[in-house]
Amino acid sequence: MIRIEGLTKRFGATTVLDGIDLQIGRGERVVVIGPSGTGKSTLLRCVNFLDRPDAGRISIGAISVDAARAGRADILALRRATAFVFQNYGLFANRSALGNIMEALVTVQKRPRAEAEARAREILSETGLADKADSYPASLSGGQQQRVGIGRAMAIGADLMLFDEPTSALDPEWVGEVLDLMRSVAQTRQTMLIVTHEMRFAREIADRVVFMDGGRIVEQGPPARIFDAPRDARLRRFLARVSG
Amino acid sequence: MRGLDLDYMLGLVPVILSYVPLTLAMAAAAMVLALILAVALAVERVIRVPVLDGLVLLFISFFRGTPLLVQLFLFYYGLPQVMSFLTAIDGVTAAVMGLTLHFAAYMAETIRAAITGVDRSQWEAAQSVGMTQAQMMRRVILPQAARIAAPTLVNYFIDMIKGTSLAFTLGVTEMMGATQKEAAGSFLYFEAFLVVAILYWIMVEGLSQAQKRLEIFLNRAYAR
Repeated sequence: MIRIEGLTKRFGATTVLDGIDLQIGRGERVVVIGPSGTGKSTLLRCVNFLDRPDAGRISIGAISVDAARAGRADILALRRATAFVFQNYGLFANRSALGNIMEALVTVQKRPRAEAEARAREILSETGLADKADSYPASLSGGQQQRVGIGRAMAIGADLMLFDEPTSALDPEWVGEVLDLMRSVAQTRQTMLIVTHEMRFAREIADRVVFMDGGRIVEQGPPARIFDAPRDARLRRFLARVSG
Repeated sequence: MRGLDLDYMLGLVPVILSYVPLTLAMAAAAMVLALILAVALAVERVIRVPVLDGLVLLFISFFRGTPLLVQLFLFYYGLPQVMSFLTAIDGVTAAVMGLTLHFAAYMAETIRAAITGVDRSQWEAAQSVGMTQAQMMRRVILPQAARIAAPTLVNYFIDMIKGTSLAFTLGVTEMMGATQKEAAGSFLYFEAFLVVAILYWIMVEGLSQAQKRLEIFLNRAYAR
């Protein structure tokens, strides 16, 4: 069970997250939608402390961190319970595809090299990149890089996987393969919190859709309800805009 | 105008060559020590430990702001007068110490700039998988900074090899010191210093070739 309470983030005078409350059940897939600049990415980044929240509490399993008082050990524990997939892939440029997936297993989880490599090779086959094990990020296509990025997150075995607009930086031709991989991750009942602009994908994969505007959660519910019977005027306007 | 005494020059080559190992050993020792110190200084400059940061800045400022020769004299001739335990220090050790501190100050700034030049996404990726600050530096940031800093660091190594010639002013008989002695005996100053100049030049050229290979090696992960 993941519980986010009163999460608040300000950048200078701007309040980007205005007391977000969100609970995510084990194996639940929650998709966050909303206009640009409403704090969707910041929400994910705050859960992982890539941006430090100003207030609120984040609890993942037995870990519970008060944002205002979080120390180094709290932040590490939270990061180790989560895995992050970046919009710009964020692969380690100095490591091969295999090395990227192994890295956290060896360095952070202190698993034996051989075991980590075996696991990483398994994941490379699952992501369809077995033949790219020794390729460095610079020589991979955007789609391949993002699949490695998702593979790296899979390897960690985190309680919660965070996806920050994973297809937004991709050329259209690579979007499909990344979404396919996310579908297969979803089938493993991995708990996922996803920010995306792919509305069709959101409807298909989400157990629950959360609509954010102005740093708050305005409306949430099952995808059919959110997309077919939106209640809040802001959500209706947003849906009208994105469906063109 | 007189002709060059080529026989004398050729005869001098093996004499000076026999001091190449000492010159290279001093440069290599100073380079290794300077690199270690410079990485430590650079990491401090990036993460900025209170109080320590001021000391590091002072160190860098002093060793960049004063001539290497002055520093060497200060170490070898000056310091033992006020710190008696340093009287046992020999010229080679003093030269290596001086070169280390002097070049560490320069290299620290190069490495600091290289560290801050590593893309923000790399820091965030390392943080996101739960690495500690030390793990992030060692596994992700420093290897990438090394690639950025390498050409400049090799240039400093070249400077350092040439800088070892100053050790002769501390009474060390290295390439330059040996040449000086030979020339003082033969009075053929032009021939003697021309030979040693050419030998330094060849060494540095060899290093430049190695530099190209090092850069190809460090860039292997980034080729498209």
